[in-house]
Amino acid sequence: MLLNIKNLHVAINGKEIIKGLNLGVNKGEVHAIMGPNGTGKSTLAAAITGREGYEITQGEIWFKGKNIIGMPAEERANEGIFLSFQYPVEIPGVSMTNFMRTALNAQREYQGLPSVPAGEFLKLMEEKKNLVEIHAKLTNRSVNEGFSGGEKKKNEIFQMAMLQPSLAILDETDSGLDIDALKVVAKGVNELRSDDNAFIVITHYQRLLDFIVPDFVHVLFDGKIVKTGGKNLALELEEKGYEWIKEQYLATSEL
Amino acid sequence: MENIPGTNILDEVTQGDYKFGFYTDIENDTAPRGLTEDTIRFISAKKEEPEWMLASRLKAFRHWLTLKEPEWAHVHYPAINYQNIIYYAAPKKKEYASLDEIDPELLETFNKLGISLDEQKKLTGVAVDAVIDSVSVKTTFQDTLGKHGVIFCSFSEAVRNHPELIQKYMGSVVPYTDNYFAALNSAVFSDGSFCFIPKGVRCPLELSTYFRINAANTGQFERTLIVAEDSSYVSYMEGCTAPMRDENQLHAAIVEIVAMDDAEVKYSTVQNWYPGDKNGLGGVYNFVTKRGLCKGRNSKISWTQVETGSAITWKYPSCVLMGDNSVGEFYSVAVTNHYQQADTGTKMIHIGKNTRSTIISKGISAGKSNNSYRGLVKILPAAANSRNFSQCDSLLLGDRCGAHTFPYIQARNETSIVEHEATTSKISEDQLFYCKQRGIDTEKAIGLIVNGYAKEVLNKLPMEFAVEAQKLLAITLEGSVG
Repeated sequence: MLLNIKNLHVAINGKEIIKGLNLGVNKGEVHAIMGPNGTGKSTLAAAITGREGYEITQGEIWFKGKNIIGMPAEERANEGIFLSFQYPVEIPGVSMTNFMRTALNAQREYQGLPSVPAGEFLKLMEEKKNLVEIHAKLTNRSVNEGFSGGEKKKNEIFQMAMLQPSLAILDETDSGLDIDALKVVAKGVNELRSDDNAFIVITHYQRLLDFIVPDFVHVLFDGKIVKTGGKNLALELEEKGYEWIKEQYLATSEL
Repeated sequence: MENIPGTNILDEVTQGDYKFGFYTDIENDTAPRGLTEDTIRFISAKKEEPEWMLASRLKAFRHWLTLKEPEWAHVHYPAINYQNIIYYAAPKKKEYASLDEIDPELLETFNKLGISLDEQKKLTGVAVDAVIDSVSVKTTFQDTLGKHGVIFCSFSEAVRNHPELIQKYMGSVVPYTDNYFAALNSAVFSDGSFCFIPKGVRCPLELSTYFRINAANTGQFERTLIVAEDSSYVSYMEGCTAPMRDENQLHAAIVEIVAMDDAEVKYSTVQNWYPGDKNGLGGVYNFVTKRGLCKGRNSKISWTQVETGSAITWKYPSCVLMGDNSVGEFYSVAVTNHYQQADTGTKMIHIGKNTRSTIISKGISAGKSNNSYRGLVKILPAAANSRNFSQCDSLLLGDRCGAHTFPYIQARNETSIVEHEATTSKISEDQLFYCKQRGIDTEKAIGLIVNGYAKEVLNKLPMEFAVEAQKLLAITLEGSVG
């Protein structure tokens, strides 16, 4: 199993947000995580990627056979965990090219490989830019500075294509995207899908899942996965909303 | 989205190492500790100076005795005991005709600093004057420069060989009466560089002086004088380092620049004096007066500085825009970490018509340091249609450092336009996490973000310096976050 989360509890400033979550992801799979606002979807992403301030009070996160709890965020990234951010930040004065080269070389250094030669790097950039239809000029600009919402999200997928992670977490990648941008992003993701990697797609709406078809859909509520199904579960949620899940969950938890 | 909680990543302050803290064991010729008229006579005699030079020193000394050390800067330090300083220290043998004669220890020092004095091996096309403690030990490429009529030599040599130029220009921009430290320097200065670019000459090489404090308990008081005649151009670079010592060392220099009609002078500094250790022990007090006079029409003086060293920095490279249409520029990155204090900025004095000035100042504070920008833009009544644009940005790393901005604007001409912009920002947790999520560790991330922030200024540096400056920024902030 690529990722195996067992009985995970996560607290922020002493307040428990994730309350005993279990999730297993194999290579070649796409898992969708859905649920109403404030149920811990982004907290889950933060806990897997090792963001500071998210206190893991109980449980284990296994990735490629290693328990990664306590591992610094950059090592997790270099092990192959990638997060496509919901709100990518701007880094003024740092060109995308420089940023990407620094990231790629950090990864190669971690793997014991020499830095990527300049020519090879630029060729790789060209190739991956085409994948997500990123304007050539965008990579000369500072990281995310002055990018539109759509450009920021495309840029996340572009970085993912450059770094070739084995696990990619897409955090609300569809938020703020129009349908055309959504299709481009989904196309990029689908082209990167392989038997060697896996995706966790965090989303509010079923819309994105029309284009990135999941193998499993999980509903997150009150810090736990309360329902798991196939891609049809997403359609059901779209139709019926989350109320019935809430009711079902509360009914069982009262027993 | 959940609230991002307060995290402590920027809280931990650890040791960032100073890479130039070694000491070279060479035989020294030193003046007795303390400062009296005898000290000044001693220095002057050592340098075999003409009488007018001694007279000028004594005048400055007597004036200095009447002055009080300034206290207006936003810096704090225990009182300096001026009688406990050695005002002259020199490697025993003073002048060298060729590299073979130089003490190998001394050559090794410059090799460690990454400065090659060997002209044969030199590929970058930079002429170097190397000043160690109180004397200049070697100036390279003098022959090449001589063919173009460019004079580039130590200040002492200039006093002997070009007395008419020294008498004409020394003190014409920074008179000994200017301020406390300028008076002190005018009395006790030991060496420095002199550079003269004749009319119509574009200096074929970048000129560079490396200053090195080596001996203990010694003050360094150098003077630099650059004269650019009509339609000439020169790019000048200055770098400096010092050994790590527990006691504070005083550095009080003067730099004067004169630019005549259509002349342009670019002056770049990478200042890396020993900043003291992480507990604030030791370090250099860098009290420097730098001023350029745009004397001619259409002249231009541009200061670019990267300030990473010194326990205390007190310096305001300034431009007096006297000639019509003259241009003054100031680009600065000042970094402070641990207990460093910097009070730095510029003065742009607009006198001539259509004069223009630009100020871009980027302060970066980390640790428990304090970083102040202090600047004056003064538009005199005659300076019709003059313009100034100032941008002062501060970047804070952590929550125990300070950034302060003290802009002074005096506009006495209605046709002039003065603009001032200021921002204060912090490296955000979001930016750091974004980098780390891409596999970039905290130190590299800080380096990346800080260099991005300072890019506008770093771009102004000559190539040879830009790379060094980028590395230095990263090293200075090494260990500034946990």
